Amino acid sequence: MSLHAHLVVARPRFRLDIDLTVAPGQVVALLGPNGAGKTTALRALAGLTGLSGGHITLDGAPLHTLAAERRPIGMVFQDYLLFPHLSALDNVAFGPRCHGASKSDARRTAAAWLERVGLTEHARARPRQLSGGQAQRVALARALAIEPRLLLLDEPLAALDARTRLDVRAQLRRHLAAFDGATVLVTHDPLEAMVLADHLVVIENGAIVQQGTPAQVAQRPRTDYVARLVGLNLYRGIATGRQVKIEDVLLSVAEHLDGPAFVAFPPAAVALYRTRPDGTPRNLWQARIEGIERHGDNVRIHLEGPITASADITPAAVAELDLTPGQRIWAAVKATETHAYPA
Amino acid sequence: MTPTTTSTGRGGARRGPGPVGALAGRTPWVLVLPAVLGMAFLLLPLAGLLIKAPWPTLPERLAEPQVLEALRLSLVTATIATLVCLLLGVPLAWLLARVAFPGRRAVRALVTVPLVLPPVVGGVALLLVLGRRGLVGQWLDATFGVTLPFTTAGVVLAEAFVAMPFLVISVEGALRAADLRLEEAAATLGASRWTIFRRVTLPLVAPGVVAGAVLCWARALGEFGATITFAGNFPGRTQTMPLAVYLALETEPEAAIVLSLLLLAVSVIILASLRDKWVTSP
Repeated sequence: MSLHAHLVVARPRFRLDIDLTVAPGQVVALLGPNGAGKTTALRALAGLTGLSGGHITLDGAPLHTLAAERRPIGMVFQDYLLFPHLSALDNVAFGPRCHGASKSDARRTAAAWLERVGLTEHARARPRQLSGGQAQRVALARALAIEPRLLLLDEPLAALDARTRLDVRAQLRRHLAAFDGATVLVTHDPLEAMVLADHLVVIENGAIVQQGTPAQVAQRPRTDYVARLVGLNLYRGIATGRQVKIEDVLLSVAEHLDGPAFVAFPPAAVALYRTRPDGTPRNLWQARIEGIERHGDNVRIHLEGPITASADITPAAVAELDLTPGQRIWAAVKATETHAYPA
Repeated sequence: MTPTTTSTGRGGARRGPGPVGALAGRTPWVLVLPAVLGMAFLLLPLAGLLIKAPWPTLPERLAEPQVLEALRLSLVTATIATLVCLLLGVPLAWLLARVAFPGRRAVRALVTVPLVLPPVVGGVALLLVLGRRGLVGQWLDATFGVTLPFTTAGVVLAEAFVAMPFLVISVEGALRAADLRLEEAAATLGASRWTIFRRVTLPLVAPGVVAGAVLCWARALGEFGATITFAGNFPGRTQTMPLAVYLALETEPEAAIVLSLLLLAVSVIILASLRDKWVTSP
């Protein structure tokens, strides 16, 4: 009782080839940079883009042989695509009507859904009279009103401003928790994925590069893209015991392992010195400052050198060290603040 | 210092009524003169109709049964022709806009031929196909005993033939401008292609359809060449207003003026009442 899919979509200069499994009640987020193929995957699941190969099975029955309108799916589009000529109520009632409900039954179902998303008083409003957050909720209600067994969300919060997004995200999370079918969510926002999904699937260039629970992905990024998303410095090297050789640099790590390995550490773990520090057994290397930018309350320093790294330090430290781009500087990371895992 | 202040002051004063005011002194006569001439050229003939109209005898002339007959025939045939165009033209526009088939570009070009074809030639072509001895007409006559030329149905056909491209072009443009993704959204909600067309596509392009239908109706109402060639000029059966005007001009010019005035009034009233839709159409 779940979604199993092997999606292959071949285009002249692009090929999507991914395996997806989603259990009932589970929310899987497809995360990836622009052009990675996330939306293509979602459209293939919906039947809006044809498969070049592979299969889709939902609850044991093949889905890929059905036209879009025959699939038991609900889809929320990035800009909602509410029908501009219909009221909010009739937008939500559209699906039930298409599924054979009488006009009055469809409207009753729609009214119940609008109540669930808290928009009863906007039932008669046309889409252009709704705010972004309200339109998003109508779009969600419209997708859920047909009682789909697979819910597809394409960047559901991308069109909202930052303040509305928090509210709508919390509500969306509640509705997703109440939904007992499989959910596939497409997003490029790691925070959105981590908050809303039980399982992350990271796609780059049409292929899965990493998947796991949000915690696993956040702790053990496996590509530069994921490392950037979760805000970690990431290196790939060869481990021998408690040391990992990354190109010419030997990093001491906390874990004991052998063979190809990743080493990750947060920018905040990087300490900077004007002169070579003595004493403490740290990973130490000399770097050149590539750039300095504000990052939240701190300052992020981009370091070039034997390894490329980001360091987060306080504005006070920047002033004290008198840092300027192009400057040579010593960077250090404690072994206990790194995290090494097999590649 | 002083020159700067003066120029700012003058500029400020000129800017007072807004940007139009600022430009008023520099209206290019090269453009205004032909524009006024063009306006006069379009409006003077209409004014001529009003001036030359036999106002004192107008009511009784309008009440003449032949006039009313021609007006009724014109309105009825133009309306039926528009309905025929809607029934056939909207699906045709949909096909041209939404379905990729081989030769679509050629078909699109051919569909608009009646736009540039002299209507008389259209009438001749209709005769050759639907006339008694025409390719299709022969068969219609033999199988169903139906003859189209020189009947009221023939008038409708001639008008529809000439007017349909206006509708097709207008609706196709609206269809191409409509957001296809709304149709996809409807598909994910379980709507069949027909339901999508009926409940999403058609409402979205409604302004384009209305605009096209108005153009189509106006063109059908004024149709002369194809009608007189294919349907002839029989009072009460095929004599529409334009035909009556032309005939009257040879025998009784004052009657022609009255008929023209009537046709003008009817067109203006109907177009004006639809103007809002027409202006807001894409």
